[in-house]
Amino acid sequence: MARDTLTGSRIRERRLILGMRQAELAREAGISASYLNLIEHNRRRIGGKLLVGLAGVLGVEPSMLSEGAEAALISTLREAAADSGVPVAELDRVDEFAGRFPGWAEVLAAGHRRIASLERTVETLSDRLTHDPSLAASVHEVLSTAAAIRSTASILAETGELEPEWRDRFHKNLNQDSLRLSESSRELVNFLDDGDTGADRRGMPQEEAEAFLQDHGYHFPELEEGTAEPADLLAGAPALASEASRSLALTALEKYAEDARLMPLPEMERQLAVHGLEPVELSRHFGCPLPAVLRRLAALPEALAGQETGLVICDSSGALVFRKPVTGFAMPRFGSSCPLWPLYTALLRPYVPVRRSVMQQGRTAAVFDCMAVAGPQGVPDFGSDPLYRSVMLILPGADAPDDPQPVGSSCRVCPRRQCPARREPSILKEEF
Amino acid sequence: MGRHVVLIEDEPNIAEAIRFLLTRDGWSVDAHSDGATASQVIRDANPDLVILDLMLPGKSGLEIVRELRAEHGMQALPVLMLTARGQMRDREMAEKAGVTRFMTKPFSNAEVLTAVRDLHAQAGQG
Repeated sequence: MARDTLTGSRIRERRLILGMRQAELAREAGISASYLNLIEHNRRRIGGKLLVGLAGVLGVEPSMLSEGAEAALISTLREAAADSGVPVAELDRVDEFAGRFPGWAEVLAAGHRRIASLERTVETLSDRLTHDPSLAASVHEVLSTAAAIRSTASILAETGELEPEWRDRFHKNLNQDSLRLSESSRELVNFLDDGDTGADRRGMPQEEAEAFLQDHGYHFPELEEGTAEPADLLAGAPALASEASRSLALTALEKYAEDARLMPLPEMERQLAVHGLEPVELSRHFGCPLPAVLRRLAALPEALAGQETGLVICDSSGALVFRKPVTGFAMPRFGSSCPLWPLYTALLRPYVPVRRSVMQQGRTAAVFDCMAVAGPQGVPDFGSDPLYRSVMLILPGADAPDDPQPVGSSCRVCPRRQCPARREPSILKEEF
Repeated sequence: MGRHVVLIEDEPNIAEAIRFLLTRDGWSVDAHSDGATASQVIRDANPDLVILDLMLPGKSGLEIVRELRAEHGMQALPVLMLTARGQMRDREMAEKAGVTRFMTKPFSNAEVLTAVRDLHAQAGQG
């Protein structure tokens, strides 16, 4: 049915939505109820003054009655029908459907758009799993090592009389390959879990935003000098593909600009020369809350800070909402991180600074000086419970105390089986 | 028909295990690890069977098979390809290139032995 022949249906639909009786609408529009009945059943075409009058009474633009739902909605519904793979007998009545049931039509169209969006995400992730060279290399390494172990172990187990020379050689190979498999398995899982591999990050808003920040070295001279606004910096960032990632990046930049205004770079440089990386001293000098000081220190160029710095921020649920990676300190890409991080200790005691030396488990274990503090997210209000965010600055190469606190990245890749904080079994053997 | 295998595998411990197995089964085995020189090695050795890894330094196993198949006298040479990539697309590409049999890692020793014996028997009948 052609779109312009459905004006009557739309008038009826709109009237019913408003809860008007036919006679009432007819009276207000200055026509008889029987004539309106013919119009509503599409047996009389209307236009001009009468259409404008009816639209006025119904509180809509005349075009909404004459043209019906937007072309984009109709187009989306047609796409949904075509993509369903099911023959839709009423496809020629799509205009009528959209005109008579605009709410349901929008629900259907929104569902279709959502499916398309999710399919694009799945494709992106699938493509990443299939074509990422780092991932392919890791998988190849794991499978090749497993093949070597399987063959060697079978020879040792199934060969009845094996010369001592061969037996020793295969034992040595088995030992080497077992170590290799442990290492390559860990690398593979770290690749899937960590955010600092430089892999393709399309499709995940937080990862896109972090990739954008990482591309700039987490430092923005334009914001330091006040020569640009945060939104200006997004204009030249095609890597931020989605609205969600742009929003996250903008929030991070706005916080950056605020911190930079409170703690200008030249004065920060002078204070660092006096106090070094001591957040409490800097907080006193600038009169800024500690969370802001920790963020500010992580945003400084490495040359100015004097060393590499990492930063993580979590919200009240414990979810990591910001990650600036630091070499040797693994941060999970997906799922929850280690609850033993000082970040979470601080979250339990807002405003109380927590400083711990920690060591992540693994063959490349290194000690980190972690400083964390939690503060309210926004300005607290008397009428509602405050929301807190915890911020943790991570400094590598701490002066190692005798007993740094052992922590992990996430339970899945942590070898400490007896850890009291364990949520799920690890895929790794302890101390391999 | 002889029992001479050229094995091109850059994973030394896999190569060692396969060489041990086949030697015990009565094969003479030439093992090499470089993809770039593999075609020449195979030409010079003129083996009864080739075992070839797909991902090799210098040149991929598929390229090596394509080169061999383009040469006179190499069309019927049995080639067993070993690979960690077992997707249907990889199998299809291997078949298209001229691989006789495709085996994904990790494999069992019995599978390798069976495949080698089968390919040898089939080549003898052909």
